[in-house]
Amino acid sequence: MHQLPQTLVNGLALGALYGLIAIGYTMVYGIVQLINFAHGEIVMIGAFGALTIHLWLPGGTPLPAALPLMLIGGAIASVAVATAAERFAYRPLRTAPRLAPLITAIGLSIALQQIVWAFYPDAKKSRGFPQFQGDAFELAGNLHLQRDDLFVLIAAPLCMLALGLFVAKSRTGRAMQATAQDPDTAKLMGINTDRIIVLAFAIGGAFAAVAAVAQGLRAGQINFEMGFILGLKAFTAAVLGGIGNIYGAMLGGVVLGIAEAAASTYIQHIPGMQQLGGGGWKDVWAFALLILVLLIRPQGLLGERVADRA
Amino acid sequence: MRHRPLLLLTSTLAAGALTLSACGSRDDGGKSDDSDGGGAQTTVVIGVDAPLTGSLSALGQGIKNSVDLAARTANKNKEVKGVTFRTETLDDQAVPASGQQNATKLVADKSVLGVVGPLNSGVSQSMQGVFARADLTQVSPANTSPELSQGDSWLKGDKKRPFKTYFRTATTDIIQGRFAAQYAYNDAKKKKAFIVDDKQTYGVGLASIFGQEFKRLGGEVVGTDHITVKETDFSSVANKVKNSGADIVYYGGQYPEGGLLSDQVKKAGAHIPLMGGDGIYDPAFIKASSESNDGDLGTSVGYPVEDLDSAKAFVQNYKAADYKDPYAAYGGYSYDAAWAIIQAVKSVVTANNGKLPADARAKVTEAMGKVSFEGVTGKVSFDEFGDTTNKQLTVYQVKGDAWKSVKSATFKD
Repeated sequence: MHQLPQTLVNGLALGALYGLIAIGYTMVYGIVQLINFAHGEIVMIGAFGALTIHLWLPGGTPLPAALPLMLIGGAIASVAVATAAERFAYRPLRTAPRLAPLITAIGLSIALQQIVWAFYPDAKKSRGFPQFQGDAFELAGNLHLQRDDLFVLIAAPLCMLALGLFVAKSRTGRAMQATAQDPDTAKLMGINTDRIIVLAFAIGGAFAAVAAVAQGLRAGQINFEMGFILGLKAFTAAVLGGIGNIYGAMLGGVVLGIAEAAASTYIQHIPGMQQLGGGGWKDVWAFALLILVLLIRPQGLLGERVADRA
Repeated sequence: MRHRPLLLLTSTLAAGALTLSACGSRDDGGKSDDSDGGGAQTTVVIGVDAPLTGSLSALGQGIKNSVDLAARTANKNKEVKGVTFRTETLDDQAVPASGQQNATKLVADKSVLGVVGPLNSGVSQSMQGVFARADLTQVSPANTSPELSQGDSWLKGDKKRPFKTYFRTATTDIIQGRFAAQYAYNDAKKKKAFIVDDKQTYGVGLASIFGQEFKRLGGEVVGTDHITVKETDFSSVANKVKNSGADIVYYGGQYPEGGLLSDQVKKAGAHIPLMGGDGIYDPAFIKASSESNDGDLGTSVGYPVEDLDSAKAFVQNYKAADYKDPYAAYGGYSYDAAWAIIQAVKSVVTANNGKLPADARAKVTEAMGKVSFEGVTGKVSFDEFGDTTNKQLTVYQVKGDAWKSVKSATFKD
């Protein structure tokens, strides 16, 4: 049990990261019912955008000073690619059968990976990402908080708060809610739904950039394939929390992160389960949890039961 | 009109994809001087299979270039009279299924008389059968998994060679894992090991052999765990390592995850070295993150290429050839693997009055068993299993931003 606080902190940091990415899946799904499988690659693009800014800044710029600029650079890259994807890949297919945009998303994801692989300098192998120097903060005897985890633990709640306020209070945010509920009626009421959809992709892209910087800081390296597993896990988090619900996405991420951390720490201490514990099985337990949740609440933890519109 | 942008995008992507696939089949114009005293030139192709893209591409590119260098050197020196060597390189992306497709492709080309590769033991498993059925010689510069040459029950002492076409210039994990354990226990004086593997053929084999030998010597294995390839968050494993009180972590796997694991263990507060096999012995292991890896250990087969007199020419020629990527961990072995094929072709051609026989593939495979020469990495020859007889190994340690050799020795039981 003495490992519990550390397990929770590790899981929370990982989960907050999943949650930030899951927002992108859930926003887009909530408004156009599209599972944007290229979203993992949007994260990857954001990471390379941030790295570009870091390389462009004069050497020796302290990381805390560079960080805001890196965030902006990452956000510009990922928002640009996300909105371009919407405009050129998804919008022409909006009235097409559901499978067409889904396949497009998968194709787009492969294309984005290969473009970075081929054209970003030295991207054929992992590229180093700056990290905070120094030891972890010792919060208690056996509890350490990594400097690089601090970023995601601060950024995630701030971003969530801003998004929550924006969606609930602002005029555009309310227009988003209206479009999510019924795009046709929203259009009749004078809402420019095309603009709202672009905005959903853009917000997802901005969150992806924050997640990308967080991931770069945590791992100290980025590569062109990094989006795949992150995207898969974040999509799982979005479904777990109830796809379409922004708070659900963050909750799903945190639950998934903690479940992974706890599974790899504790399962092997249960008598007779030694073989099924450890890091090798954590994904199995995380997905078992997902199945369990979906059996009891098919709409996800915070999802609302909606009639099928198709 | 609405579909125009989409059309544009798809055509751009299609063009991009075509350009990418074109990169794979670069033809090295090695057969420029055809006039060799009037004798007709036969072209012999040496196939290469390695991961040229993806996270292991640094190693794969080194393999590709080194084989290319061997072929060029053979052509320049007219090593085999009347024969021009050419290389045909295929990318397996470290995926077994791609490896098998590539093997089928190479087998179909009748001018291919030998194949160098692949990098990964797991990929090799999917290729061995294809080559064996076609009697085509395969020499891996990097496979270290014992069952490839000694059969599935090698651990019980029942060694049986499954494929007569399989050879390797890399020594096996049995030797490497035991050598690592001996160094950790006897030289580095470590008594408590925490063992992690990546669930792949290579990593699991190496990690279990290390564990057995470490315990046999008197050490204690205080914990084991597994990680998943391509993941980046190993903080739970790192935390367990710290709480286990281990004084060394042994990792069976490759450098992308190894570098991250090393960092995260140190960040979790356990300032102990991580040790691994040739899979982590790569500059990219140190570069994998900005945290310091000082003190981490990696074993590799053979003596350091830079220190060998026999390798001086190789290093020099490699530099002169101006390849884009360094020869990396397996460059020397790849060169020797290709050179072994060239020597086998040479002996076959010499025995057949200067011409290639009709059953050249079978003859080359036969000749491989008798090949013996002084190569880049030392004496190159193969035992009755197709394994290299070269049992020299080296322990390297990270100092600053480079691997420095700390001990080179011939393995002793």
